[in-house]
Amino acid sequence: MIINVQKLNLWYADNHALKDISMDVPRNQITALIGPSGCGKSTFLKTLNRMQDLNPIVRIEGEVWYNGNNIYDPKMDVTDLRKHIGMVFQKANPFPMSIYDNIAYGPRTHGIRARAKLDAIVEKALKDAAIWDEVKDRLRKPALSLSGGQQQRLCIARALAVEPDILLMDEATSALDPISTGRIEELVTQLKKKYTVIMVTHNMQQAVRISDQCAFFLLGELIEYSDTSTLFSTPTDKRTEDYITGRFG
Amino acid sequence: MSKTTATTTITTNSDQVPFFQVRRKLYNIIVRGFLRLTTLVTVGLLIFMIGYILINGLKHLTIPMLTTQSSYIEDTIGIFPNIMNTLYMILISMLIALPLGIGAAVYLNEYATNRRLVTTIEFAAETLTGIPSIVFGLVGMLVFIHLFGLKQGVLAGSLTLVMIILPTIIRTTQESLKSIPDDYRHGSLALGSGKWHMVRTVVLPSAMDGIVTGSILAIGRIVGESAALLFTAGFGLRLNSLFKSLQRSSASLTVALYVYVSERGEMEAGFAIAALLMLITLLLNFAATYFGNKLKKR
Repeated sequence: MIINVQKLNLWYADNHALKDISMDVPRNQITALIGPSGCGKSTFLKTLNRMQDLNPIVRIEGEVWYNGNNIYDPKMDVTDLRKHIGMVFQKANPFPMSIYDNIAYGPRTHGIRARAKLDAIVEKALKDAAIWDEVKDRLRKPALSLSGGQQQRLCIARALAVEPDILLMDEATSALDPISTGRIEELVTQLKKKYTVIMVTHNMQQAVRISDQCAFFLLGELIEYSDTSTLFSTPTDKRTEDYITGRFG
Repeated sequence: MSKTTATTTITTNSDQVPFFQVRRKLYNIIVRGFLRLTTLVTVGLLIFMIGYILINGLKHLTIPMLTTQSSYIEDTIGIFPNIMNTLYMILISMLIALPLGIGAAVYLNEYATNRRLVTTIEFAAETLTGIPSIVFGLVGMLVFIHLFGLKQGVLAGSLTLVMIILPTIIRTTQESLKSIPDDYRHGSLALGSGKWHMVRTVVLPSAMDGIVTGSILAIGRIVGESAALLFTAGFGLRLNSLFKSLQRSSASLTVALYVYVSERGEMEAGFAIAALLMLITLLLNFAATYFGNKLKKR
């Protein structure tokens, strides 16, 4: 287990948005979080790298254990945590700088300055994100000149460049066309050899296609969590069954 | 019954339609004519103003005038010292106001958590931009000269200018910071950046267009300021080095215009300076637009 969540509760001001979530995330697997809009799956994902800290009205109780440390321990170094737990957002958000500088941003942030070393990191990250062939001749061009799908893979590469353990993906394909989505799904399947992926998805087919574990959230509760194949073939909870058979959502 | 009424109404209406149409047409013509007139008057005034100053001023704006200082013995007028004084004041007030203003804007937009405090400060800055500059001059004189014991000169003048341009720099920088999507900030933080690293490497570079535009507008404000400098920078027409000018009475171009016209009756010199000021202002406005667009395009 790479992540162990215990009795996690989260409030947006008075709104109890996550209720007693406990779950284990296995290493080198793809764990999908599914559920209808507003069920708390994205909220939960953002607790795992403490991005919720940015929202001043959020209050969190409970524990999230990663590598033997509770990430909500006051002594936790958040920048170090986020170096190990990378994130890809719903909307591709490359910085307004060159492709190269986007990828080198993370390593530079963590003190890598040597040119040769950065070059190697950039190439490796772009290759890992399966976008190297498309951009290798225009690394100095602005990242914003890429297409939406390319931008999202660039953002994945940017996250990989700091060599995280875990990659959090928040509906990373929801804004993309089917072809770009297919490429990213293929990429994510490759990534699990080296990384642990936790992804929020709106798309149940996507969860079935690529995830190993699947967690179903509803109204801030974790309703059911098991192997993806089990969850989709023999759900134990009536609500899970209703959701995956399309009765609501 | 109702059918009959309807028919009657339509008949009555169709009889009156031409009248309504004529009235509406006439009305439109009058309004359009009036609006056209207001535009013409406005544009006419602007063109008259620019043309009048350039025509009367440019012919007196000679190279010797731009490159020498006034001499009583040779009875010549030169505005080189005033050009330098204006440049000194731009340099010093921007050196102080830029870091202060950008720092304050970054704090207000990126760090401050007390929304009420932020809106209060924003309101105060907004109000400050509306205060007549002679009031700043008075405060500048009382504080920098009487209280701190500075002599009239570029330093006291520049410090007063800092008070005047600071709100502009803070506001323009803030607007620029606000327009940067949070996606950039989150992207940077999610890679493990500290807050200041995020601000320095992602936020400030993206806000560059606004900061540059704001700075150029602030420089325009400095070049155009006169009232606040009468009390603080003084009327001196001698050429000084930057260092000596700090504590020596030094007239900016605008103050020199005042001195030459109202105290010596030198209308020609006055117009020459006015034309020069007009050219500088035009140039600064073009620069603001150009750099604003150029940096935004990236």
